[in-house]
Amino acid sequence: MPSQIEGSQAVARAVTLCRPQVIAAYPISPQTHIVESLSDRVRTGELAGCEYLMVESEFGAMSACIGASAAGARSYTATSSQGLLFMAEALFNASGLGLPVVMTVANRAIGAPINIWNDHSDSMAMRDSGWVQLYAESNQEAVDLHAQAFRLAETLSVPVMVCMDGFVLTHAFEQVELPSQEQVDDFLCPFVPQQALDPDDPVTIGAMVGPEAFAEVKYLMHAKQVAALDEVPRVAHAFRESFGRPSGGLLKPYRLEDADTVVVTLGSTLGTVEEVVDGLRDDGLRVGALGITCFRPWPLTEVREALGRAARVVVVERAFAVGAGGIVGQNTRDALRGLPAQVYDVVAGLGGRPITRAGVRSLVDDVLGDRLDPTRLHFHDLDHALVQRELERSRHGARPGPHAEHMLRALGTVASGVHDGAPG
Amino acid sequence: MAFQQLKLYQTGTFVAGNRLLDPEQRTVQARTGRSNSLTSGHRACRGCGEALGARYVLDAAMRATDGQLVAVNSTGCLEVFSTPYPESSWQLPWLHSLFGNGPAVASGVAAALRAQGRDHIRVIGQAGDGGTVDIGFGALSGMFERNDDVLFVCYDNEGYMNTGVQRSGATPPAARTANTKALGPEPGNAFGQGKFVPLIAMAHEIPYVATATVADLHDLEHKVETAMRFRGARYLHVFVPCPLGWGAASEDTVKLARLAKESGLFPVLEAEHGELTDVSPIRRQVPVEEYLRPQKRYAHLFGDPGRPDVVARLQARADRTIARFGLLPEGED
Ligand SMILES: Cc1ncc(C[n+]2csc(CCOP(=O)(O)OP(=O)(O)O)c2C)c(N)n1
Ligand code: SF4
Repeated sequence: MPSQIEGSQAVARAVTLCRPQVIAAYPISPQTHIVESLSDRVRTGELAGCEYLMVESEFGAMSACIGASAAGARSYTATSSQGLLFMAEALFNASGLGLPVVMTVANRAIGAPINIWNDHSDSMAMRDSGWVQLYAESNQEAVDLHAQAFRLAETLSVPVMVCMDGFVLTHAFEQVELPSQEQVDDFLCPFVPQQALDPDDPVTIGAMVGPEAFAEVKYLMHAKQVAALDEVPRVAHAFRESFGRPSGGLLKPYRLEDADTVVVTLGSTLGTVEEVVDGLRDDGLRVGALGITCFRPWPLTEVREALGRAARVVVVERAFAVGAGGIVGQNTRDALRGLPAQVYDVVAGLGGRPITRAGVRSLVDDVLGDRLDPTRLHFHDLDHALVQRELERSRHGARPGPHAEHMLRALGTVASGVHDGAPG
Repeated sequence: MAFQQLKLYQTGTFVAGNRLLDPEQRTVQARTGRSNSLTSGHRACRGCGEALGARYVLDAAMRATDGQLVAVNSTGCLEVFSTPYPESSWQLPWLHSLFGNGPAVASGVAAALRAQGRDHIRVIGQAGDGGTVDIGFGALSGMFERNDDVLFVCYDNEGYMNTGVQRSGATPPAARTANTKALGPEPGNAFGQGKFVPLIAMAHEIPYVATATVADLHDLEHKVETAMRFRGARYLHVFVPCPLGWGAASEDTVKLARLAKESGLFPVLEAEHGELTDVSPIRRQVPVEEYLRPQKRYAHLFGDPGRPDVVARLQARADRTIARFGLLPEGED
């Protein structure tokens, strides 16, 4: 029976059902409700046999998960934004050591300027950390992906992050089908580590490796990620068999059959895009959507397969590589190499700015009307006047001062309460 | 006969024990059955105090735990010289993650063992002074305040040796390091900086804090055994001379450790739950100069014209430490 439940609570329940043995976490919005709820569940005994460490930082959280996982315990943490970046060094370490830690990332923008609202710049910044990255479209999928994440992580001995949009999902109350303990127990075998700290069989973990074998160790990491491209669909299939609903997998094609224009996106934006696609289809336009559930490893062949027949591919992403362009866009272009498709890089929804149906619709209209330059990075919904004013100001005077504060003043949000048009 | 000939015997790899001692009084290191946790063949410099300290500590801990021990190691000399791929000197389960996270990783291991119902297996975390007092300090303090069941051991060689002898928060004043050279009017490391982490550990009121040196093997082993009798967070700060970084003779490691203690520069103490419980008194006080002179890191103090003023400041530091911890028995100071 579905429950009406907040996304964070649903995820905390899902994680509880996965029976982690060690949780180490540090609070940061919008992840907090998840870890608070898990703390309650450990205290009440609902999550039995679990040690919950209230660490001194996210770096400590990931480090404790590394230690716990190396000692053979199923380990979990959750974070967002600044917290994820504070973990950066340990993220690469966990993957380098092949430790199957599972983490929820409640996606949030990275400062400066500090901003607590949703975008994907945190997990995207960590895209090369050697973690599998799965993006949830809905709270139902966030719940389902956690069970899949533990299974995937422990099968391949790789760490997995489940990314869910901060606030948009974490704080939204929705109908969610929560699995039963028996279902999850059937789906997840007990964790058998590939290597563990054990006095009866002492091994050295984390030795120094020089030029003679470093590339080989890294190659094996890559090979595992490549193996995940097979394993992710396998786990999703097994999930469907056990739970009776589709969830996870590499990609989510939507009305792609004969589509000549496809909008590619990740996370909760997919739902909005799908609705826009329905409207465009009603208007007789051959438009489809492609959701990327698994961004790392990058399903290059599958993306090429899914988009190979399209003439225009519009990649709408909530992050970008500053000074370079789109991130998912670049990967998509790579997948389409040699094919005629035109790829448009669109940055949208930064720092919590909503991506609306009307916005996506006008974007697709612009693409169809050849009003978007495919050679340039496009910032959706950008307040060009505001940017121009600030650029103009900086041209005069040697000390223009802080941009963010000037722009907020120009918008009337400083010293006058929150302006209606302010982001977030 | 004016002196008695010692009768030494060999126990395994290069260790000699005193046959005249009652077997029960012999050190763990002198026993044939010692675990050799850090076995021979590693790449430490000759006379490395850190290698010596780690070997004493781990063998004593192995004995105290009946071999049920796991070690977590931060990045640093000890990690690098013991595990050049594909070799390892560790004969116990050993995990290295990063430079700054040793205490947190150890906390995670301890939590896992508790969750698995295997907490008869005990956890040691170990790092150099850089990994302990500087970059790992937040994690260390967190481990302390949560009172996680970890013995964290700092091998204090007073600098970042692995990266080529730079200053750490435990480098003493006036010492020359690669980034505090003997240049300018205030040569070497600055006065008025740095920290003595055992006192900060005590401020956490954890069950057990102790300091020791590699000069007193019995004392060091005893402290490890004592630490292992407690549950919760424990801290052991071991003074370990580094011949390479200090510019000292390899054969002087133990002597320098003894002089650091006997000059009063390094206090050897024990504390429980935040209260000082014991100090090792100075047996034969020496002026700091006797400790400083054999080390090239202090050579600028003894050249021509030398810096007697700086030596006097270091002596004042030792005197203050002696007074503060009562290191000289009544009537001797
Ligand atoms: C985050 C990070 N910063 C810097 C380094 C470089 N580094 C490795 S070991 C080390 C110094 C180790 O000093 P210490 O902990 O005192 O141990 P020692 O080598 O003296 O035994 C440094 C600076 C690193 N590995 N990681
Ligand atoms: S540099 Fe110092 S601490 Fe490092 S191995 Fe050599 S003697 Fe030991």
